[in-house]
Amino acid sequence: MCLAIPMRVVEIQGGKDPLLDPERAIVDADGLRKEVRLDLVDRQPQVGDYLIIHAGFAINCLDAENAEINLALMRELADEMAREDGETP
Amino acid sequence: MKYMDEFRDRRLVTTLVRQIHGEAGRPVRIMEVCGTHTMAIFRHGIRAMLPEEIELVSGPGCPVCVTPSGVIDGFLELARRPEIIITTFGDMLRVPGSETGPENSLAGARAEGADVRIVYSPMDALTLARQEPDREVVFLAVGFETTTPTIAATILAAHKLQVENFSVFPAVKTMGPPLKALMRDPEVRVDGLLCPGHVSIIAGADSFRFLAREHGLACAVAGFEPTDILLAITALLRQIDSGTPTVDNCYGRAVTMEGNRKARQITEKVFTPVDSEWRGMGLIPESGLGLRDQYKQFDITNRLNLTIPPSREPGGCRCGDILRSICSPPDCPLFGRACTPASPIGPCMVSSEGTCAAWHKYNNPEALT
Repeated sequence: MCLAIPMRVVEIQGGKDPLLDPERAIVDADGLRKEVRLDLVDRQPQVGDYLIIHAGFAINCLDAENAEINLALMRELADEMAREDGETP
Repeated sequence: MKYMDEFRDRRLVTTLVRQIHGEAGRPVRIMEVCGTHTMAIFRHGIRAMLPEEIELVSGPGCPVCVTPSGVIDGFLELARRPEIIITTFGDMLRVPGSETGPENSLAGARAEGADVRIVYSPMDALTLARQEPDREVVFLAVGFETTTPTIAATILAAHKLQVENFSVFPAVKTMGPPLKALMRDPEVRVDGLLCPGHVSIIAGADSFRFLAREHGLACAVAGFEPTDILLAITALLRQIDSGTPTVDNCYGRAVTMEGNRKARQITEKVFTPVDSEWRGMGLIPESGLGLRDQYKQFDITNRLNLTIPPSREPGGCRCGDILRSICSPPDCPLFGRACTPASPIGPCMVSSEGTCAAWHKYNNPEALT
């Protein structure tokens, strides 16, 4: 039930009136578009950012830099193992 | 999808699996407490990749599974009132109350004429209430830290918009108190905890630090892709091996040590801790959330003065023991026989993220032969 998925912001809408026109984002993942509320995010997202979406709300902005560092470290480890095996990565 | 596919890369998965095989030593038991983790572990075949020294067990992290049968009876009582529209996440629909059988579920009530509607967001329930001002729209508020802020934000919106025909049935819970209770349970033996990734987005990785500090439990926050889970397992093995339990955040792209303070403030504005009953674990102090006095008008149990009937578990059902990780689904006499996904008896079989449903789908010896 705590399923949440990263979706890319394609548009920010609303914000003129917190009650009648609250701030929302149009988000996209593989062509699937949704409108989500931004009440819970602690940083204002920009178009192009990835948001983590749960139950119609963005619950966080994804840290793209951290994701790349994490992947780079795992790729480095994979290359190192391949070298130990005597293969060229 | 970006930020999902890269973390399923076969070469990276193979690398991490090799690393785990190289580091595994004495037998260890690792608990995943999140139902979404349970499903991910089965779906990606992670158990089969691991050396036999590493045992993965499931904990009480599926909100549908831990909702006591008395609360489900309360949901059903409301659903049968003609003036009420019940709105719920789809997972709750087939969970039976104290009486077993599909007719004693929200799906059964709907078949008998109750107005039960599935919503994707609690905000959809509020929208429905504004569209149907002559009906009482009740949202069944089930979930953990991840979901509660979305419910709190909806209640705040209902309050500001003065929507009087919207209310919730509060049954939300928090993860810390049951984990503390499990660690004190002499029957439960766990060396490491795969901490729930999306609960941690809100609560912060640091919210699990007391488990490392006070209970000597190795903790690693994990995402839901195969490399996320495997990376967290390597972190747990290192903590266990070196005897230095701490909290490693292995889901840094989504989780910070501090969590989402704004979301927590919204939750705290609306909700306050209350004692709460957990299926299989009994009453756990301050493990649930009730509405604060200034929002009590949105609590349907308060508005109608409803009393929750005592819970009764179906005979032979071992969901309680399964939720405490002291037995596996095949140890239950009903598993795969009287209790199947098509005709579930216990909640762990009903919820798509329940441990029994996952075992039945992916790990059923009869299904494999």
